[in-house]
Amino acid sequence: MTNAIEAEGLVKVYRARRGSAEVRALDGVDLDVPQGTVLGLLGPNGAGKTTTVRILTTLLRPDAGRATVAGYDVVKQSNEVRQSIGLSGQYAAVDENLTGWENLYMFGRLYGMPKAEAKSRADELLEQFTLSDAGGRTIKTYSGGMRRRLDLAAALIGKPNLLFLDEPTTGLDPRSRLGMWDVIRGLVREGTTLLLTTQYLEEADELADTIAVVDTGKIIAQGTADELKAQVGGERIEVVVKDRALLPQARELLAVQAQGDVDFDEHTRRLTAASTGGAQQLVSIVQAMGDAGIGIDDITLRRPTLDDVFLTLTGHHTADESVEENA
Amino acid sequence: MSAQQSGAVSDAMVITWRNLKRIPRIPELAIFAILQSIMFVLLFAFVFGGAIPLPDGGDYKEFLMPGIFAQTIAFASATTAIGMTDDMGKGLIDRFRSLPMSRSAVLSGRTVADTIYQAGILVVLMLAGLVVGWRVNNGLAAFLFAVVLLLAFAHVMAWLGIWIGLSVPNTETAQQLTFVTIFPLTFISNVFVPPASLPPILQPIAEWNPVSTLTAATRELFGNPNPYVGDGIPGQYPILVTVGWMVVLLAIFAPLAIRKYRNTSQ
Repeated sequence: MTNAIEAEGLVKVYRARRGSAEVRALDGVDLDVPQGTVLGLLGPNGAGKTTTVRILTTLLRPDAGRATVAGYDVVKQSNEVRQSIGLSGQYAAVDENLTGWENLYMFGRLYGMPKAEAKSRADELLEQFTLSDAGGRTIKTYSGGMRRRLDLAAALIGKPNLLFLDEPTTGLDPRSRLGMWDVIRGLVREGTTLLLTTQYLEEADELADTIAVVDTGKIIAQGTADELKAQVGGERIEVVVKDRALLPQARELLAVQAQGDVDFDEHTRRLTAASTGGAQQLVSIVQAMGDAGIGIDDITLRRPTLDDVFLTLTGHHTADESVEENA
Repeated sequence: MSAQQSGAVSDAMVITWRNLKRIPRIPELAIFAILQSIMFVLLFAFVFGGAIPLPDGGDYKEFLMPGIFAQTIAFASATTAIGMTDDMGKGLIDRFRSLPMSRSAVLSGRTVADTIYQAGILVVLMLAGLVVGWRVNNGLAAFLFAVVLLLAFAHVMAWLGIWIGLSVPNTETAQQLTFVTIFPLTFISNVFVPPASLPPILQPIAEWNPVSTLTAATRELFGNPNPYVGDGIPGQYPILVTVGWMVVLLAIFAPLAIRKYRNTSQ
């Protein structure tokens, strides 16, 4: 199987102002995405996800390293790369003062299509994304979900078989997010190679074959969702105790019951640990806490989040040390 | 024409189409641009105008209108700068850059569209001028030549606007920057007053100011009162000097704008 995307040692350095300290947005990123597969780049804001996408889609030049997309060098053969890809995301937008149809027609023409072809392609995409009724309205009037769908449609103008989606569902309500996932899954079924960035473990889990976890410009872990979750330790138990003074005691108790380290937050009186026994374990924890006279405000069993992955892999929460990404 | 060149032309036409489509969708932009100019017409024609005597006589309103046209055209750079920063901020420029299209088309399409937009504003202002008493006295050919000169100047200003727009972080800064640079240019000039009435230290600026030479050139072509300062070259050959200014400004700002666009976010 050939690789649709290959990157080796990508480095990007930003300097806010001449003379100011440099920020290494990317610090040696290697990636291989085989044809027809989905790679999820998972990481918090400022980790370097968008910078990676911008380099691979020729919007940004790397300071070091090399990358090929669809077999073309992103620096030396940027036009061939642009010919082969579609990009949709936080940064590549649509014109909100044009209608949906006008946007698609414009992008089709700029893609090099003759007028008639651009027109029929615009109709076709509106139909495919169930936007036909809204095609004559300006984007300003669209809901967040409609706007994202149109954005994705714009990325598909040239029927690319390699697609970059930068945080395709950030800011969408849960229902629109599910709809977007369906659309993306449909594209993948047709054989599109996809690189997707996201802040949500759940999203990477749903859509990606392989997940690469990015932090401070480096890829710190890579594998299938199951492999990553095995590292993190599956579901989490969260306990909020009533009395702050009993926090150390509760922590010890939880360490015995659950597997591995217990993370605790003094301020919110919250304890978090990996769970191994599911709901049954919850019951025995409640019982043990009750026997020890530790009052509980709240206890829940939840799926691991990006924050848990980070805590396990890096020892810090996602909010720590993240620099603002201003590419 | 090579395939690449014809691609650049057709891409530029698409971008022009897009920019023109936007105008009626954001009518407040055009309305405020026109209202600002009309406010100046009313202010100077009816409030200050009576107190401004022209050295060789002549009607102040006929004197004023070509100045208003030139002032409006000079502010064309603000429209372009704001539009450009808006496109940058909203991510449209990134979308264009991710497409296999001509890179220059994004800029040339916008300058062409903005020039057409200024033509529309000029028509409205000329009609307003006719209402307050401005007249064209030199025949159709000279009139058309003046219009061409104004629009060519608008086109040069659009390139300046692209460079400004790509150099500033947001639309607010673009607006402020063009305001503080263009406004003094229109005041230290022959736009509102006979330049001989300016303090001596400002007179050389007013004499060589491109807004002054454009105003003088169009006053000459429209056959309106045209008092100038000094016996220098700009006063004697305002049309030639204006064309010279346009060549110089275009030669400076078009390459700067193109370079800035290429290097943006690299």
